[in-house]
Amino acid sequence: MSVAVQTETPVIEVSHVSTQFGAAVVHRDVSLTVVRGEVFAIAGGNGCGKSTLLREIIGLLTPTTGTIRLLGKDSRELTHLNGRPLHRRFGVMFQHGALFSSMTLAENVAVPLREHTPLSAEAIRDIVALKIALVGLPPDSAIKFPSELSGGMRRRAALARAIVMDPELLFLDEPTAGLDPMIAAGFDDLVLELKRLLGLTVVMVTHDLDSLWRIADRVAVLGEGQVLGLGTMEALARSDDPVIRSYFHGPRGRAAHLNHFGTGLHRD
Amino acid sequence: MPDVAPVERTLREMAWPARSALVFETSGIEAFDTGGAVVLYRAIMEARGRGCEVSIEGLRSDYARLMSLVSSNWDSIVAEVASRPNGSERFRALIRNRVAQGARALEFLGESATALIRLVASPRRMRWRSCLNSLRLDGVNALPITGLLTFLIGVVIAYQGAEQLRKFGTNIFIVDLVGISLLREIAPLIAAILIAGRSGSAYAAQIGTMKVTEELDALQTFGLSPIELLVLPRVLALVVALPLLTAYADVLGVFGGMLIASNQLNVSFTAFLSRFEEAVALRHMLIGLGKAPFFAVIIALVGCYQGFQIRGGVDDVGRHTTISVVQSIFLVIIFDAICSILLNWWNL
Repeated sequence: MSVAVQTETPVIEVSHVSTQFGAAVVHRDVSLTVVRGEVFAIAGGNGCGKSTLLREIIGLLTPTTGTIRLLGKDSRELTHLNGRPLHRRFGVMFQHGALFSSMTLAENVAVPLREHTPLSAEAIRDIVALKIALVGLPPDSAIKFPSELSGGMRRRAALARAIVMDPELLFLDEPTAGLDPMIAAGFDDLVLELKRLLGLTVVMVTHDLDSLWRIADRVAVLGEGQVLGLGTMEALARSDDPVIRSYFHGPRGRAAHLNHFGTGLHRD
Repeated sequence: MPDVAPVERTLREMAWPARSALVFETSGIEAFDTGGAVVLYRAIMEARGRGCEVSIEGLRSDYARLMSLVSSNWDSIVAEVASRPNGSERFRALIRNRVAQGARALEFLGESATALIRLVASPRRMRWRSCLNSLRLDGVNALPITGLLTFLIGVVIAYQGAEQLRKFGTNIFIVDLVGISLLREIAPLIAAILIAGRSGSAYAAQIGTMKVTEELDALQTFGLSPIELLVLPRVLALVVALPLLTAYADVLGVFGGMLIASNQLNVSFTAFLSRFEEAVALRHMLIGLGKAPFFAVIIALVGCYQGFQIRGGVDDVGRHTTISVVQSIFLVIIFDAICSILLNWWNL
């Protein structure tokens, strides 16, 4: 729960994972590791099993074979009651926010605090207000219901809820899908800012190429049920794999690349 | 973050000295997160508010970063947030809401009526395929459950009546009891309530989902009227289906009563049927069947109307589906009661 120390210990180890739904094979022997402090992206076309892999890592699904270790523990433990302490150490932002529609924004953000900590109502109020401010929402949005928020605000609210427990690990499922480019860029910057402030390790599933260039330290490209490529965007852009090439060198890929280098968004 | 709680309690309950210099010695902190930072910062600000000189010593640099994170956002943390509207305001909003709802219901009724008139003027516009599909789903598929339920109701009525009639030795009157009550009131009501639960709710959910997924908007951009396309075929299908279901329910309900009559009261099938002819006038059946189309219109319109009322999210679909069932059953029974009173006046 404290500020993360930069070490090379893997926080997530996916080893030899295969997934099958009936006759459909989703993953065939997928292995990858995520180290502490990085922004790791899982990319790939629609239906390549990105979101399935994410759901397996956070324990919502169990792979058919293979193991996944999350913060040193088998992610299958998450389905048991003794997996509770592990649940407090990561936050998940779902694609459509998954805010509870019967609660106000502040109540939504307060859910993990209220369920997992014995903190007083005042302290919870302060922490929730801090997290709402951190994601850039105005204080008076706290009393609004999710149906009263715009898509971009809902995304920010979901992010506030995901980071309310100061998790070590933050999972983002398609954080910028369906947002306009300006708001999407703002969201990327926000994720980087929070990562710096709170010492997060970020794992995100995305096919937003702009977002990949802008914030991902390393990217795993999934396709045909396998990891087709893994590395920095620069390395992947030079890859010979035809699927990766078409992914990165299509018109949108080239535009994102130009955008990235042309406007000096390069981070290093 | 759970470990912050005891620290917070201690800080809050501590007997702070007034107007003095305070030093927070923080080098002993082993773990620190935004929760801890918020609690510590609030304690500092409150001490300053009491006029103390406050300083912090020995704070690790990464912890200091969290503290500055809190201090730079402190204004929005303590910002007064307006609360949600209070009782009287909510009541006024509720009344305004109800009036608007009534207006929308009338508007829907008017639109449906004009759509119906347009349809009568040019019957070729009728969507027969959708109407027949609705007839199958809401009529034919409802046969087993409607039949079973009214059969059982017939059995129950005959059982309850048998007990009383046997005391007076007037066994044969079981025919009057079962025949009139079922044909005139119970079979139409049971069929209507079943259809309200089965089809009215489905209409609300189907149309509501189409609204949420913007399918209704898509229809309108093609210049197609959702009412003509979705509402009228369903209304027409139910107007045909419900009287037929009621007649079917009549038969099975009376059959249930007949079984019990022969079993418990020694009234044979032939005796039952010959008494049925003289005791149960045709008008009882016609009144029962005559109410069914009105029930059908109520159920179909309420279901569709609630579907159109769904705004925004998916959670609204469930709410309006429930409302559609409650409202249509309520209106059906109100209508039935009014019918009873009027028919009694006219001695029917």
